[in-house]
Order: sequence, then C-alpha cells, then structure tokens
Amino acid sequence: MSLSSEVLLEMRNVSKSFPSVKALDKVSFTLKKGSVHALMGENGAGKSTLMKCLFGIYSADEGEMFLEGRRVEFKSPKEALENGVAMVHQELNQALKRNVMDNMWLGRYPKVFGFITSEKTMYDGTKKIFDGMGIDIDPRKVMSEMSVAQRQMAEIAKAVSYDSKVIVLDEPTSSLSGSEVEQLFKIIADLKSKGCGIIYISHKMEEILRISDEITVMRDGKHIATSPASEMDMNKIIKLMVGRELTNRFPPRHVGAGEIALEVKGITSAHNSVTDVSFNVRRGEIVGISGLDGSGRTELLENIFGISERKSGNIYLHGKEVKNRNARESIKNGFALLTEERRATGIFGILDIMENTVISSIKEYRSSFIALDHGKMRADTDKMIEAMRIKTPNRKTKIRTLSGGNQQKVILGRWLLTEPEVLLLDEPTRGIDVGAKYEIYQLIIDLAKKGKAVIMVSSEMPELLGVCSRILVMSDGKMAGEVDADNTSQEEIMRLATSNI
Amino acid sequence: MGEKSNLKKRFTECRLFSGKLTKENVKNFFIDNMLYILLLAAIVGIQIYQPRFLSLSSVVNILSLSAANLPIALGIAGCIILTGTDLSAGRIVGLTACVAASLLQATGYANKMFPTLATLPIWTVFIIVIAIGAVIGFINGFCTAKFKLHPFIVTLATQLITYGVLLMYLMNGNNNGQSISGLDDKYTKFITGSLFKIGNTSVPNLILYSAVITAIMWFIWNKTAFGKNMFAVGSNPEAANVSGVNVNLTIILVFMLAGVMYGITGFIEAARIGSNTAATGLNYELDAIAACVIGGVSFVGGIGKIRGVITGVVLLRIIFVGLTFLGIDSNMQYVIKGLIILIACALDMRKYLVRK
Repeated sequence: MSLSSEVLLEMRNVSKSFPSVKALDKVSFTLKKGSVHALMGENGAGKSTLMKCLFGIYSADEGEMFLEGRRVEFKSPKEALENGVAMVHQELNQALKRNVMDNMWLGRYPKVFGFITSEKTMYDGTKKIFDGMGIDIDPRKVMSEMSVAQRQMAEIAKAVSYDSKVIVLDEPTSSLSGSEVEQLFKIIADLKSKGCGIIYISHKMEEILRISDEITVMRDGKHIATSPASEMDMNKIIKLMVGRELTNRFPPRHVGAGEIALEVKGITSAHNSVTDVSFNVRRGEIVGISGLDGSGRTELLENIFGISERKSGNIYLHGKEVKNRNARESIKNGFALLTEERRATGIFGILDIMENTVISSIKEYRSSFIALDHGKMRADTDKMIEAMRIKTPNRKTKIRTLSGGNQQKVILGRWLLTEPEVLLLDEPTRGIDVGAKYEIYQLIIDLAKKGKAVIMVSSEMPELLGVCSRILVMSDGKMAGEVDADNTSQEEIMRLATSNI
Repeated sequence: MGEKSNLKKRFTECRLFSGKLTKENVKNFFIDNMLYILLLAAIVGIQIYQPRFLSLSSVVNILSLSAANLPIALGIAGCIILTGTDLSAGRIVGLTACVAASLLQATGYANKMFPTLATLPIWTVFIIVIAIGAVIGFINGFCTAKFKLHPFIVTLATQLITYGVLLMYLMNGNNNGQSISGLDDKYTKFITGSLFKIGNTSVPNLILYSAVITAIMWFIWNKTAFGKNMFAVGSNPEAANVSGVNVNLTIILVFMLAGVMYGITGFIEAARIGSNTAATGLNYELDAIAACVIGGVSFVGGIGKIRGVITGVVLLRIIFVGLTFLGIDSNMQYVIKGLIILIACALDMRKYLVRK
C-alpha cells in the first residue's frame, strides 16, 4: 500500500525514565515516506512519551533518532518544527483569544522591515493553505468562536504550513464527527501523496484499520509489534494492546427496564441550541444520544442539569416535577453530569484523588459541628479506587498524573458517591483506551442494573449501538428521531442526524 | 537501633531524599529546600556579624512582629488560592486599627476622639472591627463573584474607598485628622502584655493570639467543607460548578474570612503601635502577598498551605530584622527586599517545573 519503502524517520532504542516509572524501554519505530503509521496502545503505554521525545519536549535517556538518514536530536518543539517534524496535540494548545492566522504564524510572523508584522502576508498565506486543504474557515476568525473541530483543522493546517515531512496526529478525530472525519482523511491522503509521513495515534480501531499502512502496538513502555495494517484485524490489535484476549468490545447489554424515571418535556434552551426536545428514560435503561458535533447533545445534558439557561420545558423525575435550576439543585434531586471536556470541567488537576472524589458529596462528610470526617472520606475514596479499579499508587496522587481512563473513573466515582438516580454521561469514553473503555461500559451497565436511568451522549456510533438499548438522534438542536439499538444501523442514525441540516 | 530506623523512615517520609543518595537526588534536595538553606545561611551570616541577632529578646521580637502580620497573610492567602488577590487588605487594617483605637482610648485622655464615650469592653470593640472587615470583605467577594470582575480591580477600588472612609473617620469629633493615641491601658496590656516569660524576656500575648488564629485557619482550610470547596474553586471553578460547589458563595466567604483576618490584624496593630494614623496598614498587603508567594501559595490557584504562609511571614521578617541588624541603609533595604521576593519565588518555581 505504501508509495515507497524509503525510510523517513527512524527512532532506535529510545528509553526514557521518570522518577518512579520507566516510561519507554528501548523502543524502536520506523516511519516510511508517504505512509500512515498508526501508533497504538492503551493510555500509559508510552505513545505520547515517545512522541514527546521525538518532538523535543522530553529528552530521551538513550537512543538515537534519524530523519531522512540524518541523525537528529531536537532540543525543543521549535527545533523539531523547523526540521519538518510537526505534532498536532490532542489537547489543542492555541491562543484562543487570537484569530486563526495569528495562531498559524505564531512564533514566525512574516515581517516587513524586520519588525512590522504583515497582516496581508499572514492572511494570504493562511488562505492559500486552507484552500489547498479544502478548509473553509475565515483566517480572521477568533479561535474561541470556532468549534473544536474547526480548531483542530486549523492546527493541522498549521502543521502543513511548516512544510512538515513528519506529522504526528494525536487523537485527531476525538472531537470530529462524520463529515469532518472524512475531510480529515482526505487531507491525510493528500499529505501522503506529497510524500509526508504521518504518525497517527488513535484509539478508534475502525479508523486505524481504514487509513493506516502500518501499525505499531506499544504496551507498558515497550514495543510489542509492528506489522502492515493489511495483516492486522481488530481482535489482533486489541490482544496485542492489552496483552490478553478481549473477545468482546462491549460487555453484555442490560435489558429489562422498569417504569419511567425521567421525563423531559419540550426543553428549549436560552439560545435555541436545543429546541423543543422531549423524551423519557426508564429505570435501568441506557439511552444513547447521537448527533453531529454542534447538534445540541451537550447543551441538552447541560440544560437538564441546570448549568445552562432554560427558556422553557419541564423535567419530571418519577412523575414529580424537578426544576434543576443549578448544579447543586440537580445533584440534590439525584442527577449527575459527567462532562464532555474532562480537563476543563471535570477534574481538579492539582488536587489529589480523594479531593476529586468527595467534592460533590462533601457535605455528607460533616461529622460534628463543621469538621469533616476524614476517616470516612479516605475509606470511601479507597472503596471507589477498588470498585472502579483505578490504577494509582494511592489516593494522595494528584489526578492530573493519571491516564484519561483513570481520571474518568475517578469522576464517575465522584458521581456515584452522590447516589444519583439519573446519570447524564457526555462522551464518557473520549480519549480512553480500549481496555479502560470496556471497564467504563461495564460500570455504566452495572449502574443500569441497579435501576439507574442513564443517558449517554457519544460520537462513536458503535459504542452507542453496543451499550444502549435506545438511541435518540439529534439534529440541529431538535430531536430528529429515535431508534431501537437492535434494529438500526449506523446509516440510519447518520441519515437522521443530517435530517435537519 | 529501632530509634535509628524510625528516624530514617521519618527522614525519607519527609522526602528529603526519596530513595538512594544519588547525584540526582542530592541535586533535587538542594532545589527543593534551597529557600531554607539560604535562610539558614543568612541567619548564620548575620549571627556571625552581629551576635545579638539570635539573642532571646531578638528572637521574641522577630516572632512578635511575625505574629502581628500573620493574620493578614493568612487572609490574603485564601484570595490567592482562588487565583485572586486583595489590594484592599492594608487599608482595611488601617481603618479597623483606627476604629479600634478610637473606641478604646483612655477615658481621661485629652485628645480623645469621642470624649463622652465610656470605656467599651475590649470584646465589643473586637467584634465591631471584625464586622467592619467582614463587610468590606463581603463587598470584595460579592463584586468578584457576581460581576465576574477580577479581584485585582475590585480590591483596587475598595482600597481607595476604604482609605477615603478612614480619612473621613479621622476627622471625627476632637480628632481633626490627628493620630489616635492614648489607648486604654487594659487594651494595650491585652495585646502586648504577657502571660509568661522565657528567662528574662516576656512573651507578648499577641503571639499566643496569632497562634490560636493560625490553628483556626488551619482547621478551616483542611478540615471543613468550605476549605475543600475553596481549593476546588481555585483549582478549577468550572469543574467546581458542575460538581455542585456553590462557587459564588465560596468566593464571597473567602473574601469575608480574609476581611475578618484584616480586622484582627488591625485590632492587634492598633495596640502594638499605640499611635494610629491614616498611614497605619499602608502597604501591608504587599508584604503579606510577598510572604504568601514566598511560602508557596501559588497564583496558579488551588495551591497553598498554612505552614507555607507561616514560613513566608517568618522568613520575610527575619530578613527585614536581619537587614536592620546589619545596619543596612533603609533605602537599600527596599532593593534587597525586592530581590529576595524575586529569588525566593524563582527558587520555588523550580520545584514545580517539570523535570525533563
């Protein structure tokens, strides 16, 4: 499949240790010209560390790197960029208050007379690159006004603008949906034909198998296998990644819903991003919400939870109306919301696991007059760590040092301590590796078994089909339809999702 | 033997050396504790030059000056943990100090602000000044929380307002803008008198009060839901909101608590200084902020410990007193103070920089 067998980038026996852990252990990696090389592995397998070593963010303890046969060792990302190695990070690092072209030329503004920046050159240059990639974004648009998908596109365009030979894409599709993913793949194909090498990091099997030429699997900081994508299949990859056979991607589904628990009638949000949405969820039922990015899925959950303004509509829990005017009221009423952006609105990065776990139910720990019962807090946290199988040295570990999957488990644990009736889960498995995803599915299904009503928003259709019993499809803020997970297809959902556009 | 292994365990628990005595570990040890090492070096240096520096009376003096400044620093630390600051602190100290002094002037004093006022009970006045601090703190917190203004702006405004109110207050009665002195003996004794002595040196009561206040603040920060909420809001206000923390209320309470601390500082300072003017409390907030930052309370938000604040206050005070002991020109002292703040914070940041 690859256009040539010419080696573009070679990393040889790269090792990197951190005070407590050996993150990379003699890892070798070869990228050929004009090919897509997928790098796979569970979170914490060392993919990101390897890429950070390449990119000069970390310096490797040992090992060598060769770019087109020339030995290189980048001291900083800037140096890597100047040598044609670019990386599009999963968590976008952009100056959000600045516009697209400012971000594009950041650190290398085109100048007139050596000190005046040339807006016109910046605009034209950006426009040219966007046109070449088929991106339709105004270069003068301010970043914060753009969707995550658009920002991602801008970031990839930036990588392209450096005339990069090697482009690392870290989970590029985690916030893209349908058509945007197709656009990205078109861009990737285009880059391939120009002789670029692409290192593609993703957890999404379907994507990987579709677009990569070669696949390398890492586990526990070690190189496990490299082979042409044509010789790999999903089960094989999963087995290599987790080191054990995972026969199913999804745990057995829970059927047997009870009476109606949650009823939502005619919800319309303040700015009409959600318009007249009605649905209900039974006890023990997992209902999925599908839709394109910007279709109002997140806004719907936030509205039910009371953190965005509701113009009209009613919510009933077990037949009784609940107002849910703010998060505190919603929690008291038995609602829980796992937010989409874990880092921005989920975790307290610098606080430890215990503080992250008990925060939503902190008032339950008042023992005497005002003092908190630390013993009970510690016990509950340990219980959650065990029940959720959170991989951490102990409860005093800062949450930001955990992998995405483990962070998600902590937040899920936080909500379970509030003993909710209704769980609103927004992209519960975003950026989480296969093994941990399975565990999260299992946890969600267990909750349903205990009679909780679960609503789950996801951009990954296989996940919705695998876990939910019913799927509601949103399109442009409205409820476009409802499908039965057993008798539907991705095509039908897609058709509904685009019905109002 | 058991003693020894126990000691060793504590040694490692303190993370002085985590693991073996490698070059890397020694380097990290020095980076992590550079502040204390430099402080120790400074003390030894000053002591050699001026042996009276570590005499009992000098040490008690340093402690008493630190104790006077500790409450305001503890108050401001909470604001910093919320990624904020409080520029009004010093002026609130000034206002509360003058109010406390004016209400507790000796009955026969010639220039008494309120000549007809009988001697009020100390506790009544204490509660009045705390309430004044709390009210201004409430205004600070309310504007920050409700109008989403940065505390820098809010407290810049309340700093001016408070100062104006203070100047007007000093025009009251017979006072006519004069300094307020001639304090009631009971009040002065309550603050600067001493319950016990070490050797021949008496330990002023304000050290005890400061210790009690510090213990209460430690309790609030570490053992109450409010404390946990404060750190959560400082660390990630968005996540705190989703998690059901009443973010606005937390912000208001942190600023009110800070106001109470300034009131207490004012109450102590009034008696300690004895003669209070509009300049009382001037720039106290800057020393307090410096002490917090030196002690590792980070403007990043959500990071800070009571013991850090104590360290910062004491360290700053040792240096101020030390500079005087060395007979350094007072103008030069400002330059040195500035440099010390820079160096201390730069050293502290080294700890947080990712070791690559």
